Amino acid sequence: MLAAVDWHILWARIFHPDHVFVLALWRTIYISVCAQTLGVVLGLVAALMRLSRVAPLRWLSGLYVLVFRGTPVIVQIFFVYFGANLLFGFTLIPRTVNFGVFQMDGAAFAGIVALGVNEGGYMREIIRAGIDAVDKGQMEAAKSLGMPYRLAMRRIVLPQATRFIIPPLGNEFNNMMKTSSLVFFIGVTELFGDAEIRYSTTFKPVEYFLAVAFWYLVLTSVWSLIQAQIERKLAVSERGDELSFRERVAAAWLPSAMRIKGTP
Amino acid sequence: MRAEGVVKRFGRLEVLKGVSLDVNPGEVVCIIGPSGSGKTTFIRCINHLEKIDSGRVEVNGHLIGYRERNGKLVEDSERNIARQRAEIGMVFQRFNLFPHKTALENVIEAPVHVRGTAKDEAIATGRALLERVGLGDKFDTYPGKLSGGQQQRVAIARALAMNPAVMLFDEPTSALDPEVIGEVLDVMKTLAFDMGTTMIVVTHEMGFAREVADRVVMMDDGAIIEEGSPKHFFDSPTHERTKRFLSKIL
Repeated sequence: MLAAVDWHILWARIFHPDHVFVLALWRTIYISVCAQTLGVVLGLVAALMRLSRVAPLRWLSGLYVLVFRGTPVIVQIFFVYFGANLLFGFTLIPRTVNFGVFQMDGAAFAGIVALGVNEGGYMREIIRAGIDAVDKGQMEAAKSLGMPYRLAMRRIVLPQATRFIIPPLGNEFNNMMKTSSLVFFIGVTELFGDAEIRYSTTFKPVEYFLAVAFWYLVLTSVWSLIQAQIERKLAVSERGDELSFRERVAAAWLPSAMRIKGTP
Repeated sequence: MRAEGVVKRFGRLEVLKGVSLDVNPGEVVCIIGPSGSGKTTFIRCINHLEKIDSGRVEVNGHLIGYRERNGKLVEDSERNIARQRAEIGMVFQRFNLFPHKTALENVIEAPVHVRGTAKDEAIATGRALLERVGLGDKFDTYPGKLSGGQQQRVAIARALAMNPAVMLFDEPTSALDPEVIGEVLDVMKTLAFDMGTTMIVVTHEMGFAREVADRVVMMDDGAIIEEGSPKHFFDSPTHERTKRFLSKIL
């Protein structure tokens, strides 16, 4: 049965990727990175709004999470790319977005916006939990030294919250790299899209999808190593014992090392 | 420091039932009493970590946490409260050092970012303070690698770095191992005797109170029930509740 697999195609996809494929890989990377960054920024703003003394800001933050965690991300992607244009009667996101120094495909931009806004809803909860996990005595100590709330938040609480935020953030980004494949449905040829197009012209699904699975695994594995490195750096001030390189690699690869389970 | 009729309620529970206390510059006042008597709540009211329900607190003649408007007290703006807190040092039972900063960074944090002191100057002062509390070799050590006694001494230096008008100590030795309590008390004695720091100390260390305090205050059930010189207080207490409390712990 395995004889039916054209091993040559699979090896070529893994060891000699062509430039079209590399471009697709690059799209997956920049869409994920941009969307995750947007998500972290929105999540931080929403988390601080949630802690605000102004009630309408808290409500707004709650509504944001309710809507964007409560509806499918694919619907949000379609809505941002097609729905908004139809709804408002003008082109919200043009075919090509011009940033002056560089241009971006409008669909990719819409994908980043939709994925980022969606991610912000999840990040708000993660960041809020991170802030809550910092000992209340830290804010009190900062206040007793004459620091106003915002300064204390920025200099004392948030830096400590980062340590609680990074592990789940790593999971979120891992998820993001895979979820970004959904932007293929608005016409962005990223990793999954590239495989889909190859398969539809060659009718060799096994080879192309095995290869694309391999590349997703490469992306997520590299990220795990980077994340382990970040966590190690953040932990230096907290505990004396530093992990060896081997332990870090083990922590990055073994599922048991995942501290907080990701979304299914 | 002057407190007048301070009342504090947590829900329906009245934790402070009108506490008044005057502390003069340079004076050391120890507050003792059974747990749940409101000692800690009281000193937390002094720097407005707790809002008060009635009464008033003044430090250096400035009303703390509130502003008078048409004869009524309204809570002050956050920025003003922060400014007032900068004049009041506080040392916590559980140290509350900033774990992501070294000992020296802990000490210079507020002078640099609240007062706007030049960094070089703050570092020089910070080093001198750490040396004074006996930690001249721990400038670049993170709190996680310091013992409890060392952490509390850094916390004292951190509070002193703001050059406060009054220092509040909230059971500063209660979370420490017995063998390191002495080093923290020694630092506090230096403050009292050599530097003439105004101090309000909530403590269970009766030896310290007897030796260092100018005045000892006994609190029970949200009120001050007796106060006096250590000599009077420990040798001939008048109040029945004080006698019982002292007989239990001495």
